Amino acid sequence: MIMNYELVIGLETHVELSTESKIFCSCGGHSAAKEPNDCVCPACSGMPGMLPVMNKRVVELAVTAGLMLNCNINRYTTFDKKNYYYPDLPCAYQITQLNHPICTDGCVTLKTSGGTRDIRIKQIHMEEDAGKLVHGGNSSYVDFNRTSVPLIEIVTQPDFRSAEEVVTYLNKLKNMFRSGGISECEEGAMRCDVNISVRPEGSEEFGVRTEIKNMSSFEAIEKAIHYESQRHIDAIEYETEELVQETRRFDDASGKTFAMRNKETEADYRYFPDANLMPIIIDDEWLEQIKASKPEAVDEKAEQYREAGISDKEIDMLIANHKISKLLDDTIALGCNAKDAAAWILTDCMGILRKAKKTVNELDVTADNLAAIIKMVDGGKINRNAGKKVLIAVIEDGADPVEYCKANGLDKQVDSSAVDGIVDKVISENAQAVEDYKNGKVKALQALFGACMRELKGAGDPTVIKELLENKLK
Amino acid sequence: MKYYAIQLCDKGTIAVDDTILVKGAQSAAGSRILEGFKPLFSAEAVTRLEAKGYAVSGKTNVGEFGLDLVGEFSYYGENDASLKGAAASLVADGEVKAALGVDMNGATRRAAALSGVDFLKPTYGTVSRYGVISCAASGEQVGVYAADAESVCEVMSVIAGHDEKDGTSLPQESYEYSANESVSGKKVCIIKELYDKADDATKAKVDAFADSLKAQGVAVDVVSNDMFELANTAWQILMCAETCNNVSRYDGVKFGHRSSQYKNIDELYVNSRTEGFNFLTKAVILYGSDVLSKNRYKDCYDKSLRVRRVVAEKFAKACESYDAVLTPVCSASSYEAYDIHEAFGKVFSESVFTSVPNLIGTPALVSGGVQLMGKHFGESTLLSLAHSVERKGE
Repeated sequence: MIMNYELVIGLETHVELSTESKIFCSCGGHSAAKEPNDCVCPACSGMPGMLPVMNKRVVELAVTAGLMLNCNINRYTTFDKKNYYYPDLPCAYQITQLNHPICTDGCVTLKTSGGTRDIRIKQIHMEEDAGKLVHGGNSSYVDFNRTSVPLIEIVTQPDFRSAEEVVTYLNKLKNMFRSGGISECEEGAMRCDVNISVRPEGSEEFGVRTEIKNMSSFEAIEKAIHYESQRHIDAIEYETEELVQETRRFDDASGKTFAMRNKETEADYRYFPDANLMPIIIDDEWLEQIKASKPEAVDEKAEQYREAGISDKEIDMLIANHKISKLLDDTIALGCNAKDAAAWILTDCMGILRKAKKTVNELDVTADNLAAIIKMVDGGKINRNAGKKVLIAVIEDGADPVEYCKANGLDKQVDSSAVDGIVDKVISENAQAVEDYKNGKVKALQALFGACMRELKGAGDPTVIKELLENKLK
Repeated sequence: MKYYAIQLCDKGTIAVDDTILVKGAQSAAGSRILEGFKPLFSAEAVTRLEAKGYAVSGKTNVGEFGLDLVGEFSYYGENDASLKGAAASLVADGEVKAALGVDMNGATRRAAALSGVDFLKPTYGTVSRYGVISCAASGEQVGVYAADAESVCEVMSVIAGHDEKDGTSLPQESYEYSANESVSGKKVCIIKELYDKADDATKAKVDAFADSLKAQGVAVDVVSNDMFELANTAWQILMCAETCNNVSRYDGVKFGHRSSQYKNIDELYVNSRTEGFNFLTKAVILYGSDVLSKNRYKDCYDKSLRVRRVVAEKFAKACESYDAVLTPVCSASSYEAYDIHEAFGKVFSESVFTSVPNLIGTPALVSGGVQLMGKHFGESTLLSLAHSVERKGE
């Protein structure tokens, strides 16, 4: 008889932080690099005489991540050295945190098809990334661009019970970190080690655990968990093999995992405190500053947008990108209507970017300028179409919205008698359209309206003009 | 071993030990593993001196990574007797105004004592370690060799002060050093345990120094203190562990010596390092790896960190009753006493005289062949005591 088995999974997730510079030197992050070894200095290439100097921003982002995952923020945190030889590690040690990690004991709640689940976070620690090797011909080449790029590693307790929960958790982290400006979470910027075991349902004891190293695609993680758990169950049920605690890698092509090395022969990393980096003390003032600038949790934020009448589809777009959600928040803070401002950003700004074949991250408009345009339109100074023209000028040429309106005559105050005269003129000059409208062709009104707008060179208030036309044609 | 032409300068020339980087000049820390390494930048202490009108006149040889007794184990000219205490000898001969050295395990202080010049190992964190070929980060510090205490003051006031490029640099922007404080009424103690370890000629130097101090109105007591052996063991453990880790970057991949014999990456590492390091460095690496290994860490490295705290407390307590501690710098009183064949056996035990200031970051001054240790930031007291003795000889 085959028993029911329960899956037990713990995750170690490495996330690359979005900082301007590396963790211990002023080199730009590796995303700034165009060529191999573009972003390298004597410090991050391990030359003698250079000392690591802590990047404060890394601490702030790690604390922010800790707050989002409901962790204790440790006010005293230190760095340790982890020793191993590999050509992509220039100092032959990695600076990481072992004894006093920055965040401990957090919790994150997941909504899955099986209801809500709490996943306990054991710790979050800061560390530096390694470089990478490029193999070609008979040689291997070292690229240090990624060396010393800041990472946080989030370690969970063995609280996951299915692959679905793992993927839900990873998606939640990804959304949270993106909206919080902690990480772009691009391809490869989020890497997971999965610790997995199975046990008979109802059992309290853990089974033999294996660790699948270094996976970055969620799809691969899901496949690997399915394969590996089945391998464990087969080993127990059919005695196909003896399970041993070991490190494995997942091969995407075959969909199988393979043993890398046994724990018995695993290297001793000879961890010890890094004397070059003084302990970091996070005092009340600093912690309050970080808390104050921490973006709201994704769920709260989405709820807030929903209440403002923004559609779910628009909320997804906003949550996925920290830059535009911040632009929206700042614009709202300047006194603009949320739903209205969201439409300006997601419809108008995005449309302009699409035409210019640019990405969202290239959007160049300040909340001040956007709010100025929205207010001119709302206040009837210019109409919506003119507002869009101004927006194009602001985005593409860096124009000042108020100046642009003046220079191009968009803000001309048109008095109602002049509008009245124009409307009369258009009606008398377009007898056919008037006839059609009166015969029930609603579309004909649009043609008349367009003719009025042309005469007014876009300056009149469209609602007033429409009303006038309708009244006169009754 | 001069790589630099003498430049026009008005303040005097400075020699720089090979453990400190000078831009464009080979900086190899006396080791084959760094053969041909020319740094892209100078150490902060060097830059500050050059900015104030001093000129670097050359690099002075050191024993590999400064780990040996007095400079005898250098890859560059192992049998040349003149290499012993190269910087100290240049200062003694009046060839340079002063020299910079890295004080890590006493080699600089021993050389100064045997050459008859002054050397100050300042309080940890006062001089930037940027540009130091680092071994034992938690206790090494750039210090100054000079002919007298006043010259030490002059150079120290230029090189000390906060440097943002060094995370261990203390926040104070600058420091003032004086060798002219009144010494009358000060109290100094001689440590009996260290005094007893020295040869007769060295004991005589300590006695003469104490007599001079007494003549200036300084009270000198002999006290017993048993912490020095324990402190030395702790420092040798920390020093070896940190050195083992810091020299692990020299792997033949990026710069320095690469073996011509290798078929794969493991052979490249092993052969380059086997050829590149001398036997003393190899011993330090083995010892350091051992004390950091999983099974030994708690009993060796971790315990040494605790000893460090205890020694710091004990030393601070001793400094409540005394302004300075007077000790020998080494057991012998001449370079000849350090036979190269015996040096390896002595290197760890000789540091019993010098390791407390490295372990706990306090200052130590060598003058007249003896050593004065003081409390944190107590440099001026030590310099003034030494100066009062030096002046008496004039």
